[in-house]
Amino acid sequence: MSHGPSASGGAIVAAPPHGHHHDEPHEPVFVGATRAELDKILARYPNKQAALLPALWMLQDARGWVSEAGMEEVAAALEITPAYVKGVVTFYTMYHQHPVGTYFIQVCTTTPCNVCGAEDVVKSFLEHTGCEDLGLTSPDGKYTVIEVECLGACGFATPVQINNDYVESVTPESVPRILSELK
Amino acid sequence: MGYPHPSHPRETPVLSKYFGDPEARTLAGWRARGGYEALEKALATDPVEIQNLVKDSGLRGRGGAGFPTGMKWSFMKPDGKPHYLCCNGDESEPGTFKDREIMRWTPHALVEGVALGAHAIYAETAYIYIRGEFTEPYARVAAAIDEAYAAGILGANAMGTGKRVDVHVHRGAGAYICGEETALMNSLEGRRGNPRIKPPFPAVAGLFGKPTTINNVETLTAVPHIVKNGAEWYKQFGRADNPKSIGTKLFSVCGNISRPGNYEVALGFPFKEFLYDLCGGPLPGREIKAVIPGGSSVPILTREEAEGALMDYEGMVAAGTMLGSGGVIVFDDRQDMVRQIARLTRFYAHESCAQCSQCREGTAWTTRIMERIRDGQGTAEDLDTLLSIADNMSGKTICVLSDSCATPVVSGLKKFRHEFEAKIAANRSMVTVPGAPRASAA
Repeated sequence: MSHGPSASGGAIVAAPPHGHHHDEPHEPVFVGATRAELDKILARYPNKQAALLPALWMLQDARGWVSEAGMEEVAAALEITPAYVKGVVTFYTMYHQHPVGTYFIQVCTTTPCNVCGAEDVVKSFLEHTGCEDLGLTSPDGKYTVIEVECLGACGFATPVQINNDYVESVTPESVPRILSELK
Repeated sequence: MGYPHPSHPRETPVLSKYFGDPEARTLAGWRARGGYEALEKALATDPVEIQNLVKDSGLRGRGGAGFPTGMKWSFMKPDGKPHYLCCNGDESEPGTFKDREIMRWTPHALVEGVALGAHAIYAETAYIYIRGEFTEPYARVAAAIDEAYAAGILGANAMGTGKRVDVHVHRGAGAYICGEETALMNSLEGRRGNPRIKPPFPAVAGLFGKPTTINNVETLTAVPHIVKNGAEWYKQFGRADNPKSIGTKLFSVCGNISRPGNYEVALGFPFKEFLYDLCGGPLPGREIKAVIPGGSSVPILTREEAEGALMDYEGMVAAGTMLGSGGVIVFDDRQDMVRQIARLTRFYAHESCAQCSQCREGTAWTTRIMERIRDGQGTAEDLDTLLSIADNMSGKTICVLSDSCATPVVSGLKKFRHEFEAKIAANRSMVTVPGAPRASAA
């Protein structure tokens, strides 16, 4: 949630990066197989609104982020208002309200990881990705680095989530190898 | 087996027996290990009988609150309304990572427990809510559900009994507060994850306004073992002089410790032996300074307090803290407690849903004061202010996130006050008045 202080004291919500296209027309997501998938999900709930989080995930998986036009499409599909959808989107930290780098890197710095040196892992990621600051995408559009609150993998400090995948027991020294293995 | 370490001889692996065993993830592998026998037995049993069995076993909620599971289930009556079971897999309490291992190593154990729980509360539909970050556990549980449907274990005619049991998985999207049961229900309904005012309690009006039960992943995974082996079998786990804490419990251990990971022991296990024998004690050359034994929301213990504690609900209360989720966070003698408590309050400030003013303002204000003390800018008055804010944050809000933020501050100030005072004293020695001679160089 964006009202509180972020982990770093800096921006935790990813800011618009360089070279992305905010103004491209929105290609509908819920067509063909994706629409069929949404219908399957809708059958799990007694009302359409309950499929909002899953529908937003499908939108973000398809487009990389959740745009205003995308929210309008979700709203129409679930017969709720775009304003309602936006209200929900802004509550959750995982829906990107701006485009982010190809690799979205979330480093856990909450206490259990913090006592194991997580802040040095963050510094190492910033240094090796060329990201100027937390939440800013690197000039080549490849990386966005943020601090994240507890990833629930505290015994494997420091866990880092890169897009969907966890990388466990990351140290400042292992960051260059992890980045070189991304493809 | 055990993961990430082989099970220690003093562990009691019941839930964790197949951690690290990839074959246990598949339906065939799970059945070969006795899986779904308990569900088959339960579906042929009257729900009240199952409720009574679970009551008799002494099983209490493993998510943190420790509410007796059988009693919670007995609130659900056959009233003709649709009922729902929610499984709380939102595991987000700092220091806790046990449900993640259950879901990614033994997803069928969870699906079986959920289907069994649904039957026991007269529900035909259950949802497993998994935090958004847990993509691997989500995929494992979703695959297990697909396999269970294909095999006729779930669906309109579950295990050929003519009973309908549907289990669905639902993915969160990043919000600690959705682990609070009423926030979880709101999130499942496609809403912002704000906790709801109780009453009405979920058993009366919960998910979609219908009678609902919410149980933690570990709790539901324990139930098939009780159905299969009986309440008497389950009662063997626990210390003889405390019938209130029964069973085995997963403890997640992290921070400055030699062998971090998950350990399953019978409740009542001595905490000192746990920390030093099972977990290997502190890192070489270091000493344990403090321990948070039950996830970040419970009071901090000094090393001496921790070493005297017993690992069950009452034992931890006697030590001045709580068993909580079983997330054990260890701090060694290198750690600056002011810095780490400040980091915890920042966590709560970030995760406050902001609907109650005491929490919205209190978590942020506490964090600002903690961080200025951390940075050498604090004053002696700040300590009283922190305690006063903490008092105003406790017991006054819709949910306990606010209390949870106050807890490490209050217990930290009580037990590590000298560290706060040292930082403040350092600040005062730096104060200079223009024109006056500088305070003696410290």
